[in-house]
Amino acid sequence: MSIPFLYALVGIGLFCLGLHALIVHDHLLRKILAINVMGSGVFLVLVALARRGGDSPPDPVPHAMVITGIVVAVSATALALSLMLKVKAATGRAELPDKDGG
Amino acid sequence: MLPLILALAAGLGYTVLSLPEQVQGLQGAVADQLEKSGVTNPVTAVLLNFRGYDTLLEMVVLLLALLGVWSLGAQPEVRTESDSGPVLDILTRLLVPVLVLVAAYLLWAGAHAPGGAFQAGAVLGAAGVLWILTCGRLQHGLARLPLRIALVAGVATFMAVAALALQTGRQLLEYPPAQAGSLILLIEVIATVSIGLTLATLFLGVEPTDKE
Amino acid sequence: MDVLFSETPWGPVLILLPLAGGIACFLFPASAKTMGLLTVALVGLVVVGLGWQLLEYGVYHHAVGGWGAPLGIDLAADGLSLLMLAMTALVGFGVSLYATGYFRPADSVRFWPLWLLLLGALNALFLSGDLFNLYVTLELVGLAAVALTALQGGRDALTGAMRYLLATLLGSLLYLLGVALLYHGYGTVDIALLSERVAPSPVAWAALGLMSAGLILKTALFPLHFWLPPAHASAPAPVSAVLSALVVKASFYILLRLWLAIFSDISGGVAGLFGLLGAGAVLWGSWQALRQTQVKLLVAYSTVAQIGYLFLAYPLASGMGVTAWSAMAYLAFSHALAKAAMFLAAGNMRQFGGHDRIADLDRVVQRLPLTVGAFALAGVSIMGLPPSGGFNGKWLLLQAALTQGRWEIVGVILLGGLLAAGYVFKVLGNAFTQAPKTHEPISVPARMQWAAMLLAAGAILVGFLASPFLALMGVGDPFSVGGLRP
Repeated sequence: MSIPFLYALVGIGLFCLGLHALIVHDHLLRKILAINVMGSGVFLVLVALARRGGDSPPDPVPHAMVITGIVVAVSATALALSLMLKVKAATGRAELPDKDGG
Repeated sequence: MLPLILALAAGLGYTVLSLPEQVQGLQGAVADQLEKSGVTNPVTAVLLNFRGYDTLLEMVVLLLALLGVWSLGAQPEVRTESDSGPVLDILTRLLVPVLVLVAAYLLWAGAHAPGGAFQAGAVLGAAGVLWILTCGRLQHGLARLPLRIALVAGVATFMAVAALALQTGRQLLEYPPAQAGSLILLIEVIATVSIGLTLATLFLGVEPTDKE
Repeated sequence: MDVLFSETPWGPVLILLPLAGGIACFLFPASAKTMGLLTVALVGLVVVGLGWQLLEYGVYHHAVGGWGAPLGIDLAADGLSLLMLAMTALVGFGVSLYATGYFRPADSVRFWPLWLLLLGALNALFLSGDLFNLYVTLELVGLAAVALTALQGGRDALTGAMRYLLATLLGSLLYLLGVALLYHGYGTVDIALLSERVAPSPVAWAALGLMSAGLILKTALFPLHFWLPPAHASAPAPVSAVLSALVVKASFYILLRLWLAIFSDISGGVAGLFGLLGAGAVLWGSWQALRQTQVKLLVAYSTVAQIGYLFLAYPLASGMGVTAWSAMAYLAFSHALAKAAMFLAAGNMRQFGGHDRIADLDRVVQRLPLTVGAFALAGVSIMGLPPSGGFNGKWLLLQAALTQGRWEIVGVILLGGLLAAGYVFKVLGNAFTQAPKTHEPISVPARMQWAAMLLAAGAILVGFLASPFLALMGVGDPFSVGGLRP
C-alpha cells in the first residue's frame, strides 16, 4: 500500500472518529469539534489521493477544493460557536435539550 | 453505536483501497491550459480561474457567516475590554507588522508558488485577532458603512469582474487571456483585505458600534 | 428582440442578482425592504426569461469561465431545474411581501441580506451541474437558513437552530466524502460526465450510500427528521415558510439529480428503501401532526409527512418512470406553495392572538377571513383533494402505483390523505369556534393576509394547469437516464 493510500485511510479514520464523537457527546463544543475533525478527514482523503500520479505533479483540483472546503468549514464553525454561546446564555447549559417525541 | 461506526470505517477503507494505484487526475488538463490562465501556480489557476465560480461562492459563505454572527446579536460573555499582560502587548506590537508583510508576500507569491488571497487573508486575520486581543476594539469611524464596504469589497469586486465578462459577450467569469493575470491580482488584493477583516470581525463576535 | 432574449445570460443573472441585492441591503439597511422586494420581483422576471429560452432553445447550458467540464464548472438547466427555480421565485415573492409587514425594523435589516443571499444560493444550486459546486451552494443554503431561523432569538428558536446547524453540517460532510470518492474514482465532478463514466463498483456504491445518507438527513426524511419540527416551528413565520417550502427541496433536488444521472442504474434495493422510509414519513408525520397542540408544530410535522410522499416515487419509477417522477415534481411544487401559505397563515393567527395554540384559536375565521381561507385552500392541496396541485400529484402517483400493482403504496397514499384531512380540519374546526378564553386581537397587516392567500391560490391554480406544467417540465427530457446533457 503506497503512501497516498495510507493518508487516505487515516482520513477515513478521522471521519469515523468525528462521526462517533458527534453522536455520542452531548456538549455542544465537543460536537462542533467533532464536525471539524470529520471535515479534516474528508479533506485528507481529497488531498492524499491526489498524489497518485506517480512522477507527475499532484492533481491541483482537489487542492483547490480543499482550500474552498476549509473556508466553508471556518465559516460554519464561527456561526456554530456564536450560536452555541447564545444557546448557553438562553438555557444555561451548552447542550441541546432532550428532544420530545417524533 | 461503536460497532456501526467500525463497520462504516471498514467499508470505506475497503472502498478507498479499491481505487487504482496510479491514476492521472486533471493535472494534465490544468497544465495544458495553464498559460491561458494568467498565473503559473496550478492551484491558484484552478482556484481563481478554472473553478473561480466556487471561490466566488465560498467568499459569499464567509460573508454570510459574518452576517449570521452579527444577526445573533451581542454575546453576554464576550469581553470588549482587554486584560492582556505586557508580554502579549509587546509581542503584538512586534508581530502585527510582520504578519502584514508576510500576508503581502503570500499574496504576491500566489501567482507562481503556493499562496494567494485566502492564505494571505488568513494571516491578516491572525494579525487582526492579535490586535483585538490587546486593544479589544476596532477604531472609531471604522464602524458602520466604511467597515461594511471593506467587508463586502472582495465579493463585490469578484462579482463585478464576473458580470463584466457577461457584458462583453463572454461566459460568466471568462477572463480575456491577456488581462487574466492582472484581473486575478486585482481580485486577490481586494479579497485579501476583505477576508482578513472578515476573520478578525468574526473573532470579535459582535458588530462594532460607534459608542466607546 | 429575439436576439436579445437568446443572448441574455439568464442563468448567471439569476445567481448574481440576488447576491448583489443582498450586499446592497447589507450596505444600505435603511432601504433594505424596498431593495429586497424589488430584487425578488426582478428575479421572478428573469426566471420567466429563462423559461422562455428553455422553451425556444431546449436545455440551457453555460460553461462558467469558458472552460467547460471537467476543468471548469458548468451551469445547466432543463425542465426540472426551471420548475424548481419558478417554485423558488413564486414562494420567494410571496414570502418577501409578507416579510415587509412582519418584521420589526431591527430584525428587518438583518432579515433582508440573509434572505437575498439564501435566494441567490438556491438559484445557484438549481442551476449547477457540478457536484463540488453543489456542495458549496448547499452549505450556503444551510448556513443562511440557520441564521434566519435564529433571527428573532428566543430559547426554542436558538436550540432549534443549533440542532439544525449540526444536522445540516453532518449531512454536508457525508455528501462531500461521497464527492471525494467519486472524483478520485472517476476523475471528474461534473454530473453529465459522471453519468457516462460511473459503473457499478465499490466506489460508486459507497458514494451512493454516503451522499444519499447526507441528503436525506438534510431533507428530513423519516427517521432522520428529528431536527425539522423544532427548527421550522420556532423560526419566524416567513422563515418557516422558506424552510419548509424551499430549503428542504434543495437537498431533495440534488438527490433526485444524482439518482437520475448517476445512481439509478447501480442502485440495487435503495429505491425500495427510500419508498419504505417515505411510507414511514407519511404515516408517522401525519400521526404526529394530528397529536400537536400548536399550529406551527402541526404544520411542521405535515412537512415531514409530505416529504414522505416525494420519496414514494422512487420505487415506482423503475416501472413507469415519467409518471412517477412527474408526480413527484408536481407534489414538490404544490407542496411548496401550499406549505408556505400554511406557515404564513399560521404566522398571522399567531400574531393576531399572541399565541398559536390550536384549541384557543378564537373565532379567527370571522376576524381574519383571508387567513383562514388561505389555510383552507392550502389544506385542500395538502390533503390532495381536487382541484389542486396536490391532487394532480397524488393522482399521478396513484396511477403509477395501481398500474404496477403496488397496493401497499396505494394504501399509504390513501391513509396519508385521510390523516391529512384530520389535522387540517383540526385547525379549521377550532377557527370557527369561540375559545374558552377570549383575548384582545392584534391587527394583522393586509399584505400579510394577501400574501398567504395568493400562495394558497397558486397551489390550487396549479391543479388547473396540468398540461402546461407537464410540458414545461419535459423540456430537455429530465427524467430519462443521463440528465442535464448539454
